Amino acid sequence: MQHHLILRVITKMLVGTIILFAFYVQFHGDFSPGGGFQAGVIMAVAFILYGIVFNLSKVEQVFPPWLVHKLVALGVLIYAGTGIISLFLGYNFLDYDALNPHHPSHGQHWGIMAVEFGVGVTVTGVMVAIYYAFAGRPPPMKDEDW
Amino acid sequence: MVATVITVILFTMLVLTALAIVRIYSLFAVVMLSGVFSLLSALLFVALDAVDVAFTEAAVGAGISTVLMLGTIALTARTQKKATRSGFVPFVVVAVTGVALVYGTLDMPNFGDPTAPASMHVAPEYMTGSVKDIDVANVVTSILASYRGYDTLGETAVVFTAGIGVLVLLSGLGRRRREDEEEDA
Repeated sequence: MQHHLILRVITKMLVGTIILFAFYVQFHGDFSPGGGFQAGVIMAVAFILYGIVFNLSKVEQVFPPWLVHKLVALGVLIYAGTGIISLFLGYNFLDYDALNPHHPSHGQHWGIMAVEFGVGVTVTGVMVAIYYAFAGRPPPMKDEDW
Repeated sequence: MVATVITVILFTMLVLTALAIVRIYSLFAVVMLSGVFSLLSALLFVALDAVDVAFTEAAVGAGISTVLMLGTIALTARTQKKATRSGFVPFVVVAVTGVALVYGTLDMPNFGDPTAPASMHVAPEYMTGSVKDIDVANVVTSILASYRGYDTLGETAVVFTAGIGVLVLLSGLGRRRREDEEEDA
């Protein structure tokens, strides 16, 4: 899509905004619609849009495949790790009261933040990884093929 | 009254989109229409006050799925083959299943019924506890991440497994390794 000047300029402007919105959805999920799953998808969309309008090798420089593959596992690890921490503090698995026994509701907040972050990381990783897997296979599409 | 009109209009558009998807043979148009279908579903969820679900439907159904389906088209074919056999038997199967599903909904409680079984069991405890114990304004988040944290961990594991599966199938790592072994031999 090298000759689509408008698309390229608009994409450059939008990518930052999309990532910012993803963070908003991620960390404001306690109060507004959204959470880790939606935020992960939106975050992945920013990279996929960049990859579609420029090309795969450009986006792989920004977000290398090895890092994407690590993130896929890291998110589940963060989620399960939160549960393990509460186990070690003498509470039930994924009982966030353990994180701050004096203010259980604060502990709940932190726990929800942590697990939502884990969900977001995994979903971002999986979506981008699947996109890389699809886009990385020949043949590349020419504009006139559509 | 207004809500009913909006719901009827949205459902009509949903059915028209579905019919168009069945009739059209250009797969590019079909993928775009399935994105439209997802957006219309998202609007219906908003009309039902299920904004979290609507958000997910719009992001996943209309966003990511469309991109992945386009990627699939790029790897396979651009047009659907014309059917050679008659569509009578499939039509009967679909019609019978549809009638059975509609018959099944007759027993369901009305929308927003406070005495529905789903609102009677643990829901009241979640609704009050979300404000009192967890202090989170969005009840969906508190149920998803705290009360039902176990289930969400399972869902995350499902997403993880699905991602790994697609990677193993599509990334060609296995093929590359085989080629290396053949070169070595």
